[in-house]
Amino acid sequence: MVSILPLKLSAASAHMHGKRLLGPVSLTLGQNGLTVVIGPNGAGKTTLLRLMHGLQRCSGGALSWAVPAAEARQRQAFVFQAPIMMRRRVIDSLAYPLRLRGIGKGEARAMARASAARFGLADLLESRAPLLSGGEKQKLSLARALIIAPEVLFLDEPCANLDGRATREIETLLLCERARGTRIVMSTHDMGQARRLAQEVIFMHKGVVHESGAAEPFFAAPDTPEAAAFINGDIVE
Amino acid sequence: MNLGWKTLIAAGLLASAGQAETMRMAVTTSFYNSGLSEILLPEIKLELGFDVELIVVGTGQALRLGAAGDVDAILVHARAAEEAFVSAGFGTHRREIMYNDFIFVGPPDDPAKLAEAKTAIAALQSIAMAEAPFVSRGDDSGTNKKELALWGEAGIAPEGAWYRAAGAGMGATLNTASGMNAYAFSDRASWLNFGNKGELSLLFAGDPALFNQYAYIPVNPARWPHVKNDLAMQLETWLTSEKAAGLINAYTIDGEQLFIFNATQ
Amino acid sequence: MSGYSEGFWGAWRLIFTFDPELYEIIFLSLQVTVSAVIIASVIGLPLGAWLAVNRFWLRRYVIAVLNALMGLPPVVVGLFVYMALSRAGPLGGFGLLFSPAAMIIAQVIIITPLIASLSHQSIRDLWAEYHDLLISMNATRAQRIRALLWDGRRALLTATLAGFGRAIGEVGAIMIVGGNIEHVTRALTTAIALETGRGNFAFAMGLGLVLIVLAIIINLAIHIIGKTERASTW
Ligand SMILES: Nc1ncnc2c1ncn2[C@@H]1O[C@H](COP(=O)(O)OP(=O)(O)OP(=O)(O)O)[C@@H](O)[C@H]1O
Ligand SMILES: [Mg+2]
Repeated sequence: MVSILPLKLSAASAHMHGKRLLGPVSLTLGQNGLTVVIGPNGAGKTTLLRLMHGLQRCSGGALSWAVPAAEARQRQAFVFQAPIMMRRRVIDSLAYPLRLRGIGKGEARAMARASAARFGLADLLESRAPLLSGGEKQKLSLARALIIAPEVLFLDEPCANLDGRATREIETLLLCERARGTRIVMSTHDMGQARRLAQEVIFMHKGVVHESGAAEPFFAAPDTPEAAAFINGDIVE
Repeated sequence: MNLGWKTLIAAGLLASAGQAETMRMAVTTSFYNSGLSEILLPEIKLELGFDVELIVVGTGQALRLGAAGDVDAILVHARAAEEAFVSAGFGTHRREIMYNDFIFVGPPDDPAKLAEAKTAIAALQSIAMAEAPFVSRGDDSGTNKKELALWGEAGIAPEGAWYRAAGAGMGATLNTASGMNAYAFSDRASWLNFGNKGELSLLFAGDPALFNQYAYIPVNPARWPHVKNDLAMQLETWLTSEKAAGLINAYTIDGEQLFIFNATQ
Repeated sequence: MSGYSEGFWGAWRLIFTFDPELYEIIFLSLQVTVSAVIIASVIGLPLGAWLAVNRFWLRRYVIAVLNALMGLPPVVVGLFVYMALSRAGPLGGFGLLFSPAAMIIAQVIIITPLIASLSHQSIRDLWAEYHDLLISMNATRAQRIRALLWDGRRALLTATLAGFGRAIGEVGAIMIVGGNIEHVTRALTTAIALETGRGNFAFAMGLGLVLIVLAIIINLAIHIIGKTERASTW
């Protein structure tokens, strides 16, 4: 199967009610690795991820996958910052993306069980999803996104509001997923997490990509004073 | 479960189509409230073999239902309107069946001294003179038309705080009069069958001007081909028969005869 | 006051002696109202969901019209249905006037806007919650509506029960189009109007008590369902 990557953005921008939220942004998302998007609040991280995934319309410039957009959409998944829990039991929530793809009920449930076991949700299969704890919801979101085996996985601050232990669990699962070859793009406010996971960094500021590149040199010696201030925990103007 | 609902809907929609032989007759509230229909309908079913469904409305609406072809016959009591109905071609003919009479009821202390009145006109004049509370139906029914005609003959335009037009049927009007301890004009049948008399009592009756003629009119099949004229004609024959005469004249409430059969062959 | 207690106890006697006339009327009321609620739900629920997930320029007007129709006096509906079903009216050929079918039609017209509007409100909230997820998962339009109807079923049941409550207590419209014919179209409310008119208070109160009990059951059900939903246990 042909990869849906690379994803190319050329001078892509997003507007809402005449206001510019993002862009122009030009970048290429290559075949492999884990990209972390960082930047201050309101910098445009969420908007960038939504734009790539197709939840936000491109109002200027262009965005293209290696395959037609409709096909690319089928082979990616998104984990939202605030978990969206359907009013269903955990097992049915996990089976739902498979059911949407026409997989039979029995098979979908068997796959849901296997996935739950892998994500430590086996004991919660019969629980109602909206009643789970924050960490459990986040894990369920991740499991639900991965159950269709996407080629590209977007995550918007997947560990916001989680304690250290739950954060570690999610990180382990992400590293495992990366090892399987899933292309991961995630945003985070946790610089420690960014350093632990990132192979590539995109630093957003005021709606544009201020600086981007391989993770190690970026964290060691950022090019711009804003990025330096940000990773040191100073206020970025 | 699913089947149950479907059956229910089907039953609801088809309930009317189920019965084969029925005809519909619009009758006035006063006739229905007399209770006579409960004696006549079972006999009709027995002898003629069909159900007569009654639509109970005011005379004005009964005539309109007939004109629209929504009923097969009407039984009402408003001579002028009935004749206009027939001459407009809505009904084939008008057949007089029976009559009852109108009465005045009121509070027992009788402030307008109705019990001493000689005629219906005099009774109305004394009510107006005393400005005693009076509840009128005010609904353009046969009874209401009759009451207004009597006021006209008495030379009085009834208005003022003492005259209350209820805009309601006979029963509701009597309820109002009972609640207010006021005078009211009613047909005898509704009065006798009325269950909430309270303090009210019958104060004046018997003037021939108060006689109330009921007439039967089949709706014209030339105008509305779907009407069941054959059933309507069978019903007319039965209503004017010896059998009906016996039942109508024998119908009493508290020992009082309500209707007097007067159909001519 | 003696009239009151007389009527009250007479009412209970009728209920517990299983007076056949009383139960015939109760049955007809339920038959008509349940049929109307089912039909109105089949129309109103998907309409509400459809209005919630589709953006088109007329949408706001359709919702405004629905809300306006919700407050329509039933007698007005009754009058229009009567005029339409009358032999002299456009649908007179079907001969439906003064039948339970006519009563069902009138009630459907009265409660469909209510059910559609209530379901639209709850589905709209659920859609706001699910929007990004369902779009992200590439759910088709039909799949989206199906998920919303299924996951919002409690709120929809509440809407349906509200429709039932309005229909079962309605008198003006079904009186006009049903004709209140004994054994055929005499329902709880029209019988109450009639028996009150005849001063037959015991029977009227018996019917009234049944209506009150039905109303209480319905409202308790709405309350319980509504509460479980608020606790987000769906
Ligand atoms: N639907 C919208 N309408 C108007 N403005 C919006 C909308 N969505 C986002 N914005 C604005 O766009 C800018 C970028 O928002 P975005 O959510 O992408 O920031 P972020 O980097 O994810 O911030 P945070 O770290 O707080 O999550 C912000 O100024 C935000 O107020
Ligand atoms: Mg964000």
